[in-house]
Amino acid sequence: MRFVDEYRDADKARALAAQIAALCQPGRRYKFMEVCGGHTHTIYKHGLEDYLPETVTLVHGPGCPVCVIPMGRVDDAIAIATRPEVTMTSFGDMMRVPGSHGSFFDAKAAGADIRMVYSPLDALETARRNPDRQVVFMAIGFETTAPSTAMTLLRAEAEGIENFSVFCNHVTIIPAIKAILDSPDLRLDGFLGPGHVSTVIGCRPYRWIAAQHHKPLVVAGFEPLDILQAVYQLLAQLAEGRCEVENQYKRVVPWDGNATALKVVNQVMELRPHFEWRGLGFISHSALKLRERYASFDAEVRFPVPGVRVADPKACQCGEVLKGVLKPWECKVFGTACTPENPIGTCMVSSEGACAAYYNFGRFTRVRVREAVRA
Amino acid sequence: MCLGIPGQVVERFSDRPDLASVDVCGVQRTVNVGLVTDEGLEVGDWVLIHVGFALSKIDEDEARASLEFLEGMGQAYADELAALSRSRIG
Ligand code: SF4
Repeated sequence: MRFVDEYRDADKARALAAQIAALCQPGRRYKFMEVCGGHTHTIYKHGLEDYLPETVTLVHGPGCPVCVIPMGRVDDAIAIATRPEVTMTSFGDMMRVPGSHGSFFDAKAAGADIRMVYSPLDALETARRNPDRQVVFMAIGFETTAPSTAMTLLRAEAEGIENFSVFCNHVTIIPAIKAILDSPDLRLDGFLGPGHVSTVIGCRPYRWIAAQHHKPLVVAGFEPLDILQAVYQLLAQLAEGRCEVENQYKRVVPWDGNATALKVVNQVMELRPHFEWRGLGFISHSALKLRERYASFDAEVRFPVPGVRVADPKACQCGEVLKGVLKPWECKVFGTACTPENPIGTCMVSSEGACAAYYNFGRFTRVRVREAVRA
Repeated sequence: MCLGIPGQVVERFSDRPDLASVDVCGVQRTVNVGLVTDEGLEVGDWVLIHVGFALSKIDEDEARASLEFLEGMGQAYADELAALSRSRIG
């Protein structure tokens, strides 16, 4: 097992695994959702499911920001990017996300000026250096990246940089969890809460999950032992009949989050009435747009966008994967028509997408082998 | 994009309190620290960096543990570091 080779903490992992097994009630099955794509990545990279009893299943949630961008928004972004006066800037993860007529990469190959950046501040620097270009930043991500977009925009305002704008696609995690809890397809026993999103929002916003839905949630770090520890805490809560929000990742996540980050986001952005998520449909109050006061920096105001809703391709089952209803390899096109090189759906694009994580770590072959042996 | 990379603050700038020079894996980078300065930030402190912004302060043990973890991630981490090194934050 790779985990054992790579980590000298393998003994601790085995000890935790034994404690986890001891907490499981005989005959009961447990399903926990890891909301964050970073967790999905760790789980498959280190084969963590092999450390869990067969009665404990981890299902993957919607917490990969690239995975949830709907086709229509990609089309809108490409419509802006192909204007002759525009230089579009984007995180690398976004470049291969398919719209209805191809991705940023395809548009770039066809002549559009699209550049990859590491930070929104790089996009702002591009605007400073190219005063004759309209530089647009394709803003994506959960609460982890929204503060950086907001800070960048405030900087642009302070410097009076007029050729810079933001195409805002920031989404918020709580409404997505709510949509999953309200969906009849899935019965969950608890959640592994996202680590880095919680650095910003803190642990309080999850309390309704425990209070109203009677599910425990444990905010977890990204190392293999963090995840096993969080699973242990979830099972301990269930065994003791508790439903609470706990913070396993205290060494990074403060209970109250980052007040400065929340303040700048609130200063610059407000909730949209609704926003479409790929595979999940429209979710109320689940995304951010720039406030009226910052309309001059809003690419949606500055440029015409088609704003057309586009249905996902028929073959694509990303919605089921994002909701945790299907495992990636259960999608009919997984690994055949849909691969990281030629993704049909978004979950195959980012390394945090569940399908890409399965694909990259050869996990699916092992699962299939295991099933074949059993059959 | 969602990977947080630890770095250690090596210099603050009096003319730009929102920026700092941060050592990331032995190389100095300019990082925006405007989101973590409210509770004070000193040279020697460790921060977790997302898309060019320090999002939280962390202790040294956590920094070392997450560096080891990230190194174990291979390509995704290499890509993130390469992107950071091309970055021109100002
Ligand atoms: S295999 Fe491709 S189309 Fe199927 S769920 Fe995964 S990303 Fe979506």
